[in-house]
Amino acid sequence: MESRPSLGLRNRLLYAFALLCVVTAAAVAGAMYVEARTAILQRAQDAAVEATRGRLAALFPLRTATPGQADLDEIARVMADGGGFAVAVYRDAHSTLLAAPGPRLRREDTPILDPELIPAGLRGTVARGEMAWQRVVWRGHPLLLIGAPLLIAEPGRTAQVSGIEVYTARSLAPEQLSIDSLAARAWLAGGAALVLSVVLASLATRGVLRPVRELGRAARLLGEGDLRTRIAVRGSDELADVARTFNETAAELERHVEQLREMEADARRFVADVSHELRTPLAALAAVADVLDEEAAELPETAGRAARLVSQETLSLTGLVNDLIEISRFDSGVAALALNEVDVAELVRATLHARGWSESVRTELPAGVTARLDPRRVDVVLANLVGNALRHGEPPVSVRLSAGAEEIVLEVRDHGPGLDEAVLPHVFDRFYKASAARARSEGSGLGLAIARENARLHRGDLTVANAPAGGAVFTLRLPRRMDDPDGHLDSGGPA
Amino acid sequence: MLGSVSRVLLIEDDPAVREGLELALTRHGHRVRAVESGEQGLERLRTDVPDVVVLDLMLPGMDGFEVCRRIRVAGETPIIMLTARGDDMDVVAGLEAGADDYVVKPVQPRVLEARMRAVLRRIGRDQAELERHGDLVIDRAGLVVTRRGEPVSLAPTELRLLLELSGTPGRVHSRQQLLESVWEHGYFGDSRLVDACVQRLRAKIEDDSAAPVYVQTVRGFGYRFGPV
Repeated sequence: MESRPSLGLRNRLLYAFALLCVVTAAAVAGAMYVEARTAILQRAQDAAVEATRGRLAALFPLRTATPGQADLDEIARVMADGGGFAVAVYRDAHSTLLAAPGPRLRREDTPILDPELIPAGLRGTVARGEMAWQRVVWRGHPLLLIGAPLLIAEPGRTAQVSGIEVYTARSLAPEQLSIDSLAARAWLAGGAALVLSVVLASLATRGVLRPVRELGRAARLLGEGDLRTRIAVRGSDELADVARTFNETAAELERHVEQLREMEADARRFVADVSHELRTPLAALAAVADVLDEEAAELPETAGRAARLVSQETLSLTGLVNDLIEISRFDSGVAALALNEVDVAELVRATLHARGWSESVRTELPAGVTARLDPRRVDVVLANLVGNALRHGEPPVSVRLSAGAEEIVLEVRDHGPGLDEAVLPHVFDRFYKASAARARSEGSGLGLAIARENARLHRGDLTVANAPAGGAVFTLRLPRRMDDPDGHLDSGGPA
Repeated sequence: MLGSVSRVLLIEDDPAVREGLELALTRHGHRVRAVESGEQGLERLRTDVPDVVVLDLMLPGMDGFEVCRRIRVAGETPIIMLTARGDDMDVVAGLEAGADDYVVKPVQPRVLEARMRAVLRRIGRDQAELERHGDLVIDRAGLVVTRRGEPVSLAPTELRLLLELSGTPGRVHSRQQLLESVWEHGYFGDSRLVDACVQRLRAKIEDDSAAPVYVQTVRGFGYRFGPV
C-alpha cells in the first residue's frame, strides 16, 4: 500500500490543516498589519504636516516677493529648524543644500531635496498653490516629503502664489521600525499558530490513523497466517464499523481454514490408519512370499508363474505400505532425527555398496567431510535419487559431494535428456508420475516426496534442475551442525 | 541360510503372521514353537528353553515389553522383537526392556534369519588371560564377567558389546562400527540399538549409570571403554 506515489493520509491531513492555518493567519495578520501601518503613517504624516504649517507661519511676513539666495537660505533654515531638512525654491533658484543635515536626516538622504529629484507630481501640486506631501523611499530609507507654496495674502484679496516653494523632508525610520516590529510580531504569531495547528493536526490525525494503522497491521498478520488476529472495536464511528467487519471476516476465514485443516488431517489419518491396518495381513503375506518364490521352480508352469507374481507383488505392496506409513509419520510430525557425526564420503560409499551400485556410479567424494546427520535417512534419500537416475536417466550417473562451513551439498546427476520443464515443479509431489506410461512397479510414487521430507527434517532441502549440458541434477543440501553436539538422539545416555 | 538349526520360540498373536513365519522358518530348517500369547510363551520357556525368542510387541493380555522383561529376569535368551514400522517409542521401550534386536513388520523371513544369525553367532573364545579393569574381570576364554567377584549376567549382545569395547580400552568406537561388529547390521543400522544396549550394560556393570566408568559416551562420536 506504500507503493502508491500519492501522499499518505496523515500528510494530507497535516497539509490541509497547515494550509488552513496559513491562510487564516495571513488574512487576519495581513489585514491588521495594513490597518496599523496606515494608522501609524497617517499620524506621523499629520504631525509633520502640522509642524510644517507651524513653521511656515513663522516665515511671515516675507521680506520680499522676489527672494534672493540669502532669503531662500533663510527660509530653508527656518523650515529645517527642529531637525528636519528643508529646501526653498524660487523659480530656478533654490536654497543652498546643507552639507550637514539635522540629526533626524542622514547625510546621504540630502540629495532628495535637490529640486531636480523631487517627484514632478509633488512639485506640480505645490505649484498650483496647494500644500502636498508624498512618501518616498530614498536609498532604502522611508522619507516623508512635504511641499508647501508660500502665498501672498493681502487683505481683501484672495491669496496669491508667491512662487516660493518650501520642501521639507522627514525621516519615517522610527515609524518604519514600529511597522517592522509589528510585522515581525505578525509573523511570529502566524508561525506559532502554524506550529500549534500542526500539533493539533497531528493529534487529530493520530486519532483517525491509529485505528487505520491497527487495521493495516491486523490485515498483514492475517495475511501472514495468524488467523486469530482481531481488532479491538472502539466507539461507533465508520472506523469501528470497518474494524467490526474485519473481525467478522477474520473469524469466518479462521473457521474455514480450520475446517479445511481438519479435513486434511482426517484424510491423512485415514491414510495412516489404512496403512497400519494393511500391515498385519501383509506381514503374513511377506512371510510366505519367500517360500512361494523358492517353491515356484518346482510348481507346474502356470502355478509357478502365479506364485512368482504373488511374491513379487507382495514385495512392491510392502514397499508401498512402508512408504505410506513413512510419509504419514512426516505428516503427523512424529518423524525424528537420530543424528550421528559421520564421514559423508563413507556414507555415500556405503549406500552405493549396499545396493551394488559402486561400479555403475561415478563419484567425486572429497575425504574428511563430516557432518551430523541421520545416516539412515540420508541413505534413503541417496538411494532414491541414485536409483531414479539409474532407472530413468542415461549413464554416466554421478554423485558429487561438496562442503561449505555450514552445509554439505550432494549432487546426483545423470546424462539423459533431463526432465520435462512442465514436470520439474511436480517431481516431489506424492504419486506424481512423469508419464502415464511409466510402469507402476518402479516405485511407490512416494520416493521423492519422502526424500524431500527427509531433507527438510534435517533442516536442509532437496531441489531439482536440468543441467545446461543435459541431464537432471538433484541437489541435496544438509546443514553440517558441527557446533551442535547435543542434537544427538541418545536414548537416555549420560555424557 | 542358517548354518545350524535353531530352536525358535515365536510369540505372535495374529494367526496368519504366526503361521506364515512358522512356515518360512521351518522350511529353512529351524525348529519353531509358535504360541499366541505372552503367558503361553513364558510357560513354554520354563520347560523348554529355545535358542532365540521372536516376540511380537503388540500382544493381547500381557504385552511384549512385560514378556521381554520377564524373559530377561529368567535368563539370557536372545530376544528379537517384531515391531510395527514407525512406532519409534515401541522400539526404544522394547530395547530398554532387554530385547537384543528388532525387525519391522511386514518382515521378510530372510531378514529375520539374518538377525537371528547375528544374535546367535558364537562368540569367539580367546585363550587370553583374565583381563582386569578396576572391579571388573573379563574372562575371554570362559566368556564370564565378574564384578567384585560376583558373576554378572549378560545377554549375548551385551556381552558381545562389552568384549568389543574392552578389547581396545580407550579407543572410541562409532555407533556404525558397533552396529556392524556386534549386530551385523551394516552401515545404516539403527543406532538406538547401541544406545539401548549400552544403557542395559551400564546398569549391570557400573556403580552409577549416570556417571559411567567402564562404558563412556564420547559426545558426537560414539563409545569408549575406560580408561579405568
